[in-house]
Amino acid sequence: MPGSGLGPDPADELVRTLGTWGLRILLLTLAVSPASRVLRQPRLVRFRRMVGLWAFTYIVLHFIAYLAVLAGFELATIAADVVKRPYITVGFSALLMLIPLAVTSTRGWQRRLGRRWRMLHRLVYPAAVAAWTHLMWLSKGGFMDPFVYGAILILLFGERVAARFRRARRSPSR
Amino acid sequence: MLIRTVADIKPSQITPEHVYRSRRRFMRETLALAGAGVALPATALPAAWLAERAVRPAAPLYETMTSESDATSYNNFYEFGTDKGDPAAHAHEMTIDPWTVEVSGEVAKPGKIGLEDMLAGIDLEERIYRLRCVEAWSMVIPWIGFPVKKVLDKFEPTGNAKYVMFETLHRPSEMRGQRSLFSSIDWPYVEGLRLDEANHPLAIFAVGMYGKLLPKQNGAPIRLVVPWKYGFKSIKSIVSIRLTEARPVNTWNDLQPREYGFYANVNPSVDHPRWSQARERRFPTTLFRPNWIPTRMFNGYDEVAGLYAGMDLSRYY
Ligand code: HEM
Repeated sequence: MPGSGLGPDPADELVRTLGTWGLRILLLTLAVSPASRVLRQPRLVRFRRMVGLWAFTYIVLHFIAYLAVLAGFELATIAADVVKRPYITVGFSALLMLIPLAVTSTRGWQRRLGRRWRMLHRLVYPAAVAAWTHLMWLSKGGFMDPFVYGAILILLFGERVAARFRRARRSPSR
Repeated sequence: MLIRTVADIKPSQITPEHVYRSRRRFMRETLALAGAGVALPATALPAAWLAERAVRPAAPLYETMTSESDATSYNNFYEFGTDKGDPAAHAHEMTIDPWTVEVSGEVAKPGKIGLEDMLAGIDLEERIYRLRCVEAWSMVIPWIGFPVKKVLDKFEPTGNAKYVMFETLHRPSEMRGQRSLFSSIDWPYVEGLRLDEANHPLAIFAVGMYGKLLPKQNGAPIRLVVPWKYGFKSIKSIVSIRLTEARPVNTWNDLQPREYGFYANVNPSVDHPRWSQARERRFPTTLFRPNWIPTRMFNGYDEVAGLYAGMDLSRYY
């Protein structure tokens, strides 16, 4: 579409751009609490929910764009894709894991769920791994993006493990 | 000589006026540009080489042609990167002048030969072909080329020759994709055909498109076009042609044997793990009209079916 800025294949480009930003912002969400520890800025954590909701927004738009401009809202195509194409199956499962997190992101739900809220929101880790797998499985020939995002994911997970380890040492079990 | 299946159909009736321009005007423009010193992409063959030759016009194809700008800016040519825009952005780094092709293996007259010499005495024709990528998109492109058989015959394949193996240029200093640490491809890019497939009149070597010499991102100075197979079979920027008795291992088959076969015939009923092959997006596409059309067996080139008589094409995909 001339002038759209999306190039010769605008439908594919739109889906890809939204997916790329969805993944980046999801990683940014996971980076908030490590950053608050490393920079000793505990107040940063207040932004985590907002960043997470932005990630969710992009991912939902990515999904809607796929439904509309690539799948043309054809149920048979969509069902076949979700069942038969492993990269879409994992992408879809990442989306399913993120939905309850978005729904329960309000203060009200946080209060209602209490300690279980934290447990529930650990779902973000498998969701991120599934999103990364989605990217890995749809890449062919070149693996720069999965490598870079994978490295970031490992760093962010590593920092969490290290932080936990430090905490355990500071308060030896009695 | 005109080979028109339906009399008096002007190409402008089947292709948008702005896309199709007459050969004469192409030649005038190409020459004028070259004369004016405008930086045309350097090619192994001087622009005048094409202009000086008669090109037999194509039989019309009653489908909308893809615009030249789409066909030259949306490419899979992993030697220059994996994004569709990478080849157009980086292929200029490849020098293609001079260009030699090595012909070897089961031939009576092996040798390394300059491109112009290789093409001497071969008549050029325009062929308007559908190009179907395994990624489920497709284009309609006017190529300029000649049957593969014409070149092979010059080198006299021996009785042992059963397959033809082609290789793309391997020159990491000019092909950034070949320098990438993240590429899983074992360069050089290799493709192959059975000899009878290569000898089929529809299989051509192309040296031009849209009335001009091939742009580098489309595989200058010489590439294969096998319109009934997925696009990855149509190997670009060829430097080696080897006639063999054993079946060559083509690059994508080597990388992902369950996804890409040796034959790679367009076949809507054999699914690919990543893309349904039942339909394709035909360029030009727009955001709200992705232009999905059903994919046809052999990409609509039924005349090749005889090559595969008795073969189970779901096994030999
Ligand atoms: C957490 C959820 C998801 C994330 C973070 C995500 C992210 C991405 C990324 C990064 C890409 C690659 C962009 C590129 O390399 O150019 C992509 C491509 C794609 N995604 Fe997702 N995705 C998610 C969920 C989904 C879902 C639920 C679907 C559909 C059911 C989907 C369908 C696709 C498709 C079809 C492509 C490739 C388009 C093409 O072939 O060009 N994704 N996604």
